[in-house]
Amino acid sequence: MATTDAGHSATADHSADSHGHDHDHPSYLAHHFDTPEQQFDSGKLGMWIFLVTEVLFFSGMFCAYAIYRSWRPDVFEGCSQFLNTKLGAINTGVLLFSSFTMAWAVRASQLEQHKKTAALIASTLCCAMIFLGVKAIEYSHKWTMGLLPAGLFTYDPSNPHPVGGPNYLAYICAPFAVATVGIFIWLVVSFLRGAKFQFECAKPILVVFLCFFVGVGLGTILESGGSESHGTEHAAHVEGGEHDSHAEGEHAGEGEHAAESHEQEAATEETAEAAPTEAIAGLVAPGTMVSSDNELDVIKRLAADTTNTGLQGELAARQAQNDMANGAITYHVYDDVSATVAAAEENVMRKSRAGVFFSIYYCMTGVHAIHILAGIGVLIWLLVRALRQDFNKNYFGPVDYVGLYWHLVDLIWIYLFPLMYLIR
Amino acid sequence: MSVGSVPAGYEVKDPGYPTPEENYLTNSRGLLTWVFTLDHKRIGVMYLVGVSLAFLIAGLLALGIRLHLFAPDGWLFNNEFFKWLAPDKAPNDIYNQVFTLHGAIMVFLFIIPSIPAALGNFLVPVMLGAKDVAFPRLNLSSFFLWVAGAVFFVMALLASGLDTGWTFYTPYSTTTDTSVILATSGAFILGFSSIFTGLNFIVTINTMRPPGMTWFRMPLFLWATYSTSIIQVLATPVLGITLLLLIAERTMHIGIFDPEYNGDPVTYQHFFWFYSHPAVYIMILPAFGVISELISVHSHKRIFGYRFIAYSSIAIALLGFLVWGHHMFTAGMGSMTTIIFSALTFTVSVPSAIKVFNWLATMYKGAITMTTPMCYAIAFIFLFTIGGLTGLHLGTLATDMHLHDTYFVVAHFHYVMVGGTLVAFLGAVFHWWPKMFGRMYNELGGQISAVIVFLGFNLTFLPQFVLGSRGMPRRYATYDPEFAGLHAMSTWGALLLGIGLLVALVVLLVSLVKGKKAPANPWGAATLEWACTSPPPFYNFERPPVVGDPYEFGDIQWDAASERYVKIEPKRETVPSEKPAESPAHAGE
Ligand code: HEM
Ligand SMILES: [Cu+2]
Repeated sequence: MATTDAGHSATADHSADSHGHDHDHPSYLAHHFDTPEQQFDSGKLGMWIFLVTEVLFFSGMFCAYAIYRSWRPDVFEGCSQFLNTKLGAINTGVLLFSSFTMAWAVRASQLEQHKKTAALIASTLCCAMIFLGVKAIEYSHKWTMGLLPAGLFTYDPSNPHPVGGPNYLAYICAPFAVATVGIFIWLVVSFLRGAKFQFECAKPILVVFLCFFVGVGLGTILESGGSESHGTEHAAHVEGGEHDSHAEGEHAGEGEHAAESHEQEAATEETAEAAPTEAIAGLVAPGTMVSSDNELDVIKRLAADTTNTGLQGELAARQAQNDMANGAITYHVYDDVSATVAAAEENVMRKSRAGVFFSIYYCMTGVHAIHILAGIGVLIWLLVRALRQDFNKNYFGPVDYVGLYWHLVDLIWIYLFPLMYLIR
Repeated sequence: MSVGSVPAGYEVKDPGYPTPEENYLTNSRGLLTWVFTLDHKRIGVMYLVGVSLAFLIAGLLALGIRLHLFAPDGWLFNNEFFKWLAPDKAPNDIYNQVFTLHGAIMVFLFIIPSIPAALGNFLVPVMLGAKDVAFPRLNLSSFFLWVAGAVFFVMALLASGLDTGWTFYTPYSTTTDTSVILATSGAFILGFSSIFTGLNFIVTINTMRPPGMTWFRMPLFLWATYSTSIIQVLATPVLGITLLLLIAERTMHIGIFDPEYNGDPVTYQHFFWFYSHPAVYIMILPAFGVISELISVHSHKRIFGYRFIAYSSIAIALLGFLVWGHHMFTAGMGSMTTIIFSALTFTVSVPSAIKVFNWLATMYKGAITMTTPMCYAIAFIFLFTIGGLTGLHLGTLATDMHLHDTYFVVAHFHYVMVGGTLVAFLGAVFHWWPKMFGRMYNELGGQISAVIVFLGFNLTFLPQFVLGSRGMPRRYATYDPEFAGLHAMSTWGALLLGIGLLVALVVLLVSLVKGKKAPANPWGAATLEWACTSPPPFYNFERPPVVGDPYEFGDIQWDAASERYVKIEPKRETVPSEKPAESPAHAGE
């Protein structure tokens, strides 16, 4: 460590050197680094690598999306109509703006504009909260309608708004409400006790938490505006009076539309049904799989030993093969196969098709929302440090790193929005 | 090399500064100073203790497996004791849970963190000449994540066991009523522990190299660690999301992997092996690094083909991402896909082979000392070669149709993971033990342990190749009597292997109490970790070390008088312009 020049530490305040080494370490420089540059570069590289892992983490879900969408384009297109484009677009805008304030905050911290840094970080936080508020409206509404992951999917096109379910919006808002009240109490107490710094911290944080409810309000208002496409295109199909009043916009016609896409689904199912049957028919085409008599005899002889259960099965299969090949039971077998396929489609797979779209939707947006929450936690920590004026032109790493993270979270949403909401 | 003295015309280079009084083990005391330490060496030691405990547990489970397979109808778990222990479980259920937990604990809790986290943490900064890793707090948190993951596994074991196999294949894992969620949560957390370690090492090696430590002056262990870290960072997140989706599948039936809800189990297999094939290189690459050091140091000869070994590590790290499909040849992927994966699988064996040839060339005409680490290193070359070559049998489509899911696969991966990684781990522990704890162990005892481990291992797993190629499927609690002889052989081998490991443990533990004090450089090595005292001081280096060629043994000489290796330099009349204080070699004790 003595090998590097101490020039960089010249501007910084010097802390008591706890480990007794022979050169100056500014207080923000960790003991194992030689220079602020080294510390900054390490942090930045670490953050970039972390972002790579985040991208890979999401890439698993993007793969799942690609796979299932290519298998079931109709389902994805149909189900996507249930998402409210307007809310999605607003959230995209909000996140983009938050990236802008974040980038500005980095610049402000480099210029040692402490007040501005704090204000910009707080704006970023406000945007994050508005995003979550809007998301709460989106989620709670879908849950009420039963638009849930495959296993829990209960949506019924003839009754899209079952009455009397739990109030999901209240559940989502409750923790935020509790936190807001807590922060308000903190604000009052710190004011009364004259704890100036705490008061200074509590003020912006309270605003930030209130923004969640701004988001909820915004979502509620916009939601009734509706997602344009099926609002207009399919308006003709709406049978008046079928929907309760608050829901005009988003699901104007969605019952219809859903029904329509279910029809489409059913149609493709028929073709899908035909295909495996044909394939199976091809497999057992006459002559291809006849066992030679010799072989069959040997198996028969061995299978005479009834304890040999494996061979019993083998024998049955061989005989069936032969019968099919000879044309003896051909049609019977074909019927069987298509009946099995049809039964499987009917009983097992059909009900869950739309659910898979929503599974992927919830997994992707849910994990994204968790990242927003984590970002909010880190940004609050950053806000407090900014208010404490921790950052200067030699030490602004944390703002920079959190900024990078925040841009990634934003970027992921920019992919999610078209992939989920804008499928046509 | 072992006997000698300073040749005429040379003198011992003066290390120039005194031995520090305290080392990293003694500079602070009390349990809490360990729990909250940020010192990479202490974290490494805690990992060492942790992974050894995990190995002990999983090893006992393995003995359980082998003892059950002692007889065709099963033996151990048929015992009355198990009826009392788990009254509602049939012997076969117990067997399934034991082999699952054995595999899962060995893979996630032992092998993956063994060399990178335990030895890597101790060695990477010291070998590099740095004071610590780039993010000491992240380092400590990754250790605690490891502990948390271990707790989850223990809870899974105590709750209702786990019987999916370590691969958690769907749809079985979404339907079985054992503790899949606890175990996958554990593996998820361990994934983050592994990611953080990898991230830390990449940044450390990129930004913390002292002046003079260029990329191509780095010891090969660091190259290996670097490549391993790349895999850890790139592959583990995919495991994370896969396990998360699996948990969601079990709790909410998201229908991505579960065919009952229109999902596709083969997609799960793709996701899982996209991580887990690269993960086998997380297990073996650090072992390659260890062997490169061991072979060179104990042959007292410059490593042959330094750049080839370094680049082949990176090549393995990258190629390893392209071959996951070879675990799914029989899962119905389509013939073109299987052919491509098969061809890619062959390419990945090339860099491994390059390393083996380089090690052999290093030993050729070297001054080999058959120390304990060298015994393990030679055992490694032998066993890994068998393991790697049998991998090619499995990578060949036609033969894999027959061998897939048989004991041949079991034998293959034990040859690479136990014969490879574990043996290298043991070699590494014996090699760096004097540095870590400042004590020499009993050489003869160590050599005996290496021989017993080698024999026991082969007795256990060679018969399994035969069993597998004759059609014995893996993961079965009972088997046809025709396999009885080979299975019994394998069980005896496992007991012998256990004895060998016990001997190694005893030798090491006894050394802590009775061992001679270790000199700074007991093996005559040239890498930087031997330039500081044994054990190293808290800050690793009293002065910034002078970085030299890590494999230059010419100026290291056994000094019979002081019974240690010393660095020598030509005698000079006048004071050389270079300050003596810059010498990296400390005097021993
Ligand atoms: C030298 C190159 C290698 C090749 C060509 C190779 C090839 C293969 C193939 C084709 C399989 C699948 C066999 C089957 O399931 O039918 C396999 C399984 C396996 N290999 Fe390797 N392998 C190599 C090295 C390694 C290494 C270095 C390790 C670990 C340190 C390893 C660990 C495993 C494991 C754990 C399995 C079994 C996984 C399971 O199904 O539970 N292999 N290997
Ligand atoms: Cu593999």
